[in-house]
Amino acid sequence: MKLTFKIFAVFLIFLAIGCGEKEEKEKIKLTEQPEQRKETVEEAVTTTAEADAMDNKGIGPVKSVELGDIDAAMATKGADLFKNMCSACHKMDKKFIGPALADVTERRSPEWIMNMILNPEQMIKEDPIAKKLLVESNMAVMANQGLSEEEARAILEYFRQYDTEN
Amino acid sequence: MKKISSFLSITLLSLLMISCGEDDTKTKQSKTGGAMASNAAERVYVAPGEHDEFYAFISGGYSGNLTVYGLPSGRMLKEIPVFSQFPTSGYGYSEETKPMLNTSFGFVPWGDSHHPDISQTNGETDGRWVFINENNTPRIARISLETFETEEIIEVPHSAGNHSSSFVTENTEYVVAGTRFSVPYPQEDVAIENMKGNFKGPLTFIAVDDEGHMKIDFQLKMPGFNYDLSHPGRGDSHGWFFFTTYNTEEAHTLQEVNASQNDKDFIAAVNWKKIQEYVANGGGEEIDAEYAHNVYDHETHTATSTMMNKVLTVDPRDVEGAVYFMPTPKSPHGCDVDPSGEYIVGNGKLSTDLTVHSFSKMLKAIENKEFDGEAYGIPILNFESTLAGTVKEGGLGPLHTEFDGQGNAYTTFFISSEVVKWKLGTWEVLDRQPSYYSVGHLMIPGGNSRKPEGKYLISMNKITKDRYLPTGPELEHSAQLYDISGDKMELLLDFPTHGEPHYAAGISADKVKANSRKIYRLDENKHEYAALSEDDTKMVRNGNEVHIYMTTVRSHFSPDNLEGIKVGDKVYFHVTNLEQDFDVPHGFAMIGANTSELLIMPGQTKTVTWEPKKEGVWPFYCTDFCSALHQEMQGYVRVSGKNSNVPLKWTLDGE
Repeated sequence: MKLTFKIFAVFLIFLAIGCGEKEEKEKIKLTEQPEQRKETVEEAVTTTAEADAMDNKGIGPVKSVELGDIDAAMATKGADLFKNMCSACHKMDKKFIGPALADVTERRSPEWIMNMILNPEQMIKEDPIAKKLLVESNMAVMANQGLSEEEARAILEYFRQYDTEN
Repeated sequence: MKKISSFLSITLLSLLMISCGEDDTKTKQSKTGGAMASNAAERVYVAPGEHDEFYAFISGGYSGNLTVYGLPSGRMLKEIPVFSQFPTSGYGYSEETKPMLNTSFGFVPWGDSHHPDISQTNGETDGRWVFINENNTPRIARISLETFETEEIIEVPHSAGNHSSSFVTENTEYVVAGTRFSVPYPQEDVAIENMKGNFKGPLTFIAVDDEGHMKIDFQLKMPGFNYDLSHPGRGDSHGWFFFTTYNTEEAHTLQEVNASQNDKDFIAAVNWKKIQEYVANGGGEEIDAEYAHNVYDHETHTATSTMMNKVLTVDPRDVEGAVYFMPTPKSPHGCDVDPSGEYIVGNGKLSTDLTVHSFSKMLKAIENKEFDGEAYGIPILNFESTLAGTVKEGGLGPLHTEFDGQGNAYTTFFISSEVVKWKLGTWEVLDRQPSYYSVGHLMIPGGNSRKPEGKYLISMNKITKDRYLPTGPELEHSAQLYDISGDKMELLLDFPTHGEPHYAAGISADKVKANSRKIYRLDENKHEYAALSEDDTKMVRNGNEVHIYMTTVRSHFSPDNLEGIKVGDKVYFHVTNLEQDFDVPHGFAMIGANTSELLIMPGQTKTVTWEPKKEGVWPFYCTDFCSALHQEMQGYVRVSGKNSNVPLKWTLDGE
């Protein structure tokens, strides 16, 4: 009778050790995972920087944009549209939901900017820069705000004016 | 040995054959169904991503709503809230939509929707609006087929049991309301046993303008019968409306027996053009009435309720030639007019036959004064004089008839549970198909118009029993889809419906889908409390009321941290969805709110109230999975004590 008790106790101890070991293993796994994720993000960032951005016109209805002197009236209209349709996610001077937009006209071609506004669903799926930006923006998708080509052009004019003046 | 074995094998074989034969007969029906099933499946199959050919708007009965189905697939596409609160979207809970359910009895949170009808132009369905009546607290609603939302509800005063409704004339000049439970007119405190001769059954003609807005033009003070169903004249009979009646006995108790004593009741033929003219020339008497007229505006995203206090009443005896009664056997239910407008079908529900009246014969009988007495001063036309024919032994308990535009009619027989096809003019029965079970009404797209699209028919059945997997004692009603393009009807599909469909209206999808709205434009949003950009968001205190102007966009609220709310406050969350893309709604749910969630379409503003009862920090969140960051779409409200001095503060990301 006593013997059986002893055997039973030994069993219990084994069981307890077993459980403890398992827990430790799980903890190790948990700390490993986030590190792996970081690596992929970093990779993505490097690729974005490497892309020759100003040559990329993006994917969408806008094939070429002719830029002249800045049209102040158009820029004012663009600023108003930007406030109502874009500012919930974009600030000029800081990264918010999406990237900060100061100097965007120096980083991206005018066609790319307009296509990103007009055709964001396809851009984030197929355009190499937009794809990387989506990852960098924590998978927050660019919303299609249903703007016309003329309205997107006005917003581009606002960006040009902003980049000239700041 | 050989003999024995061969005898045995023959016996065995014959036994097998017998059992096979038996099997065959027993399952013949299901085997035929089985063999046809693959073919039937192809004919109702709408491949992934493809669209149905027809919209079907099916009454939700005691759900108070209207459901939208695609045909031939039988897929439910939407439930449109009409007469009942609908927490899914906040309809009837949000500040903007509560006025839609206002009545002369105050806020009524539920209704019994019955008969949808699509607006018509030149006698054809035009895809602008669907009208539907409420039976319990008499009302008619108009639903836009651009937004698929209820835009207007008008209460019908002096009525009770608004059943013979909401059918439209062939240019949507009028939508009609009736009275199935005749009542004192106007209401007064009298002994119920004084009903006979004293109660009335008003029929109400509601004018519809080009924008769809409804206004009661006149109310016809009819004898106190039960006005059951109705349909408009069309073609030559345009300008007339026909209403079935029962309980011409005017029984007020045990109607099951006492309302079925007369061999014939009436179809009331109303020459509304004549009364319209009479009224336009100053006829009728304005009397007191109390009824609500509720209108939803898509620019302010807000409904208003206006109490009306007068209605124009017309005594039918004062307008010569305006109203006649056509005797019709056995408590007729459906009152259906064929596409030409010549035949008026009385579906005598306690009979085996259908009585068909002729419009041209009716006009002649009126001209020749072929009367057979009168009821309360209204001439009764001689039965034989208006009779076009009788469909003999169609089945048991005919309820409702529609038409295919090819000279055929289709009638539901409730008691014998079948759909029967018969020929207009010869009145011969051509085909019959069982319906599972106890079919009430049926619908052919455009079947109540000059141009039916006679490809499919759906029967709406009252009893479901074993048609689907059992779901406890309560079952959704079943519907059946038949192909009616051939000589014989073919049953293709069973599908469940929601609530209790009392009728449906169908229309070719091509007439509707191009007009279906995708978003509400932000630059057209005129809501009093809208925040049209994050710059406009704020909190405003007005006594113990706090108004929060809030916005949503994938995937955050602005503001998302709110402080300065106190126990005992009444908080109004005015939430504007800044999205301008198709099918990107956001939801709003507040812990402990005694209201409902909000589901806010792109460009829309909706308001829900919350009366915090406990101090603490309370979260709110988006209920509609909007993006990969949907789970992050939440915020906090800090609730302080009644006498605290925490100032109002609203921020997003600390700004």
